Amino acid sequence: MRNVAPRRWLLSVMAVFRKDLHSELRTRYAVSALVMFVITTIAIIMFSLGQENAPPEVLSGMLWVVIFFGAMSGLSRTFVMEEERGTSMTLQLLAPPSAVYFGKLLFNFVLVTALNIFTVLLFLFLVNGFVVQAPLVFILTVFLGGCGFASATTVIAAIIARANTKGTLYPVLSFPILLPLLVAVIDATKSAAEGAPLDQVGGVFQFLISYIVVLTTLSYLLFEYIWKD
Amino acid sequence: MGLRITLGILLTLVLLAGVGFPLSPHPQHWYELPVIPGLEEKARLIFFHVPTAWLSVIAFLTSMYFGIRYLRKREHIDDIRSSSAAGLGFMFCVLATLTGAIWAKFNWGSFWNWDPRETSIFVLLLIYGAYFSLRSAIENTEKRATLSSVYSILAAVTVPFFIFILPRITSGLHPGAKGDPDGAGPVVEFKMSPNMRVIFFSSLIAFTLLFVWMFQLRVRAAKLESEQ
Amino acid sequence: MTAQIAIKAEGLKKVFNRRVVFEGVSFSLAPTQTLLISGRNGSGKSTLVKIVAGVLSPTAGSVSISGPSEGGYFGHQALIGMVSPYLQMYEEFSAEENLLYASTIRGEAYDQTRAHELLRRVALYARKDDPVRTYSSGMKQRIKYAFALLHRPPILLLDEPMANLDADGIAIVREIMQEHRRNGAVLVATNDLTDVDVYDKRITLDA
Repeated sequence: MRNVAPRRWLLSVMAVFRKDLHSELRTRYAVSALVMFVITTIAIIMFSLGQENAPPEVLSGMLWVVIFFGAMSGLSRTFVMEEERGTSMTLQLLAPPSAVYFGKLLFNFVLVTALNIFTVLLFLFLVNGFVVQAPLVFILTVFLGGCGFASATTVIAAIIARANTKGTLYPVLSFPILLPLLVAVIDATKSAAEGAPLDQVGGVFQFLISYIVVLTTLSYLLFEYIWKD
Repeated sequence: MGLRITLGILLTLVLLAGVGFPLSPHPQHWYELPVIPGLEEKARLIFFHVPTAWLSVIAFLTSMYFGIRYLRKREHIDDIRSSSAAGLGFMFCVLATLTGAIWAKFNWGSFWNWDPRETSIFVLLLIYGAYFSLRSAIENTEKRATLSSVYSILAAVTVPFFIFILPRITSGLHPGAKGDPDGAGPVVEFKMSPNMRVIFFSSLIAFTLLFVWMFQLRVRAAKLESEQ
Repeated sequence: MTAQIAIKAEGLKKVFNRRVVFEGVSFSLAPTQTLLISGRNGSGKSTLVKIVAGVLSPTAGSVSISGPSEGGYFGHQALIGMVSPYLQMYEEFSAEENLLYASTIRGEAYDQTRAHELLRRVALYARKDDPVRTYSSGMKQRIKYAFALLHRPPILLLDEPMANLDADGIAIVREIMQEHRRNGAVLVATNDLTDVDVYDKRITLDA
């Protein structure tokens, strides 16, 4: 980022974000995929549970499985669409790689937060036995989990956009990177469901925050190699 | 030539020692290994399981190192080195997982338990799988080299998160997890006698040399193939 | 008129999949000059244009572009306006929306007056609110010119400038090129040699 006026860079980031948001609102590709996926999966979960109450560990895991696959069906759109429609070069002519990265990171963050809220609400209302006794811990977990998802999967979306078999490659590449996040966040969700106080999950939150920071920084540093030909 | 001979001799010695040395409760002679309560004969696997696991990590770091070099200098040979190391690492990772599963069956009752260390080696296996899936999905040579280097760096960064932090949060079966009174460091003080330690470290060195030798062979072969 | 160099390319070489596309390409271009890059199909004309535009890295060699700007990355991109068969507009957006985002993603405020003036110049004002998806190929080519000129770049890079255009469209582009070379530089890559004498300089790439 040599010599780039900070204000201009920020305007550029926000413009990339707004363009993606505008495009998504108009075409609704990612959102419809996400909504359909989450509804169908939760319906299947409800059918299989029937009247039974599954224990909190299982339900916590299930929640994040749904979120993970939901993320896989929607978060790659931001880069894959540019590549498929041939507008990657257009974007390269307009903004530096860092502005493109942070603009799309912001978009993915908004998308995954929407996904999380939607999934969590459906889970709370529909799935038997999913009761959260420590709501603050739970909300923080879901929020940090969303940040973590966005920070890890955005850069991977950029990678697979340049490859051939984009669809199946995205979960294959994302899963190993996301696994530490998933384990931590499932553990924290389980603690929240059981009513653990904030200081008990403090270690996990520190872990999540360092994960987010490290991955965002690394992704930003590596992005230029992915983006520029 | 010298490397091959040294390697051959060292590996043979390690194999003989590891498999052949008898166990005795109070080792008197240099060729006797101590009986570790709970492990007994199964302890022999240490000489083979730990080096392969160790090597699958070393190979990955090697692959990443050459990946970084490729990103800086853009010389194709560095990409050849990176993928050769990764190929070997994948093989050692499969071996480590299998030997670990065998040990798990005999010691803890089942082949797989999702203990943190087991999960770590499984994650490494997934990373290798992802790395090669990515490579096979890109046709352009330069792009393939660039993207696989970038991915290996990303993956490498998450591995410490996994190995060092998770065993502390969840308890596990391996030595060094939360429930183990002997401590939680990544390199655990094994209850090994001096001669056992000699065999163990020789095995480590022997396997490392094996890796170096195979790596050089693979790079040479790949270089010849790409020059056609 | 100062002989200030607008584009300077030295020893450009590009390798794709271990195959050399071209090497040793050097040229310089000053304001008010025009350069023609010609060569058979597959000789690397589009590749060379992309390298000059900064969207592709050369395997060896360098390109420097100078002009009145604040420097840095925005500086390089602010100096160039590119039209190319590889350039795509956002088809879900209208022409005006494309120009709006082109400005804002560059970090500049959207100047609607100028945008409308350009749209009129390329004869697209009447369709400015229709999504680009609905445009004909000639219209899509013309919107690219509005896109390229919006930020007043001193340098125009035109890869196959007349592609998909009818006689009216060609006349518009000729007029744009004529006006631009009064103060800026124009680089054209094409096989169409109808106006070949108009160019100050010429490079031919061997296939």
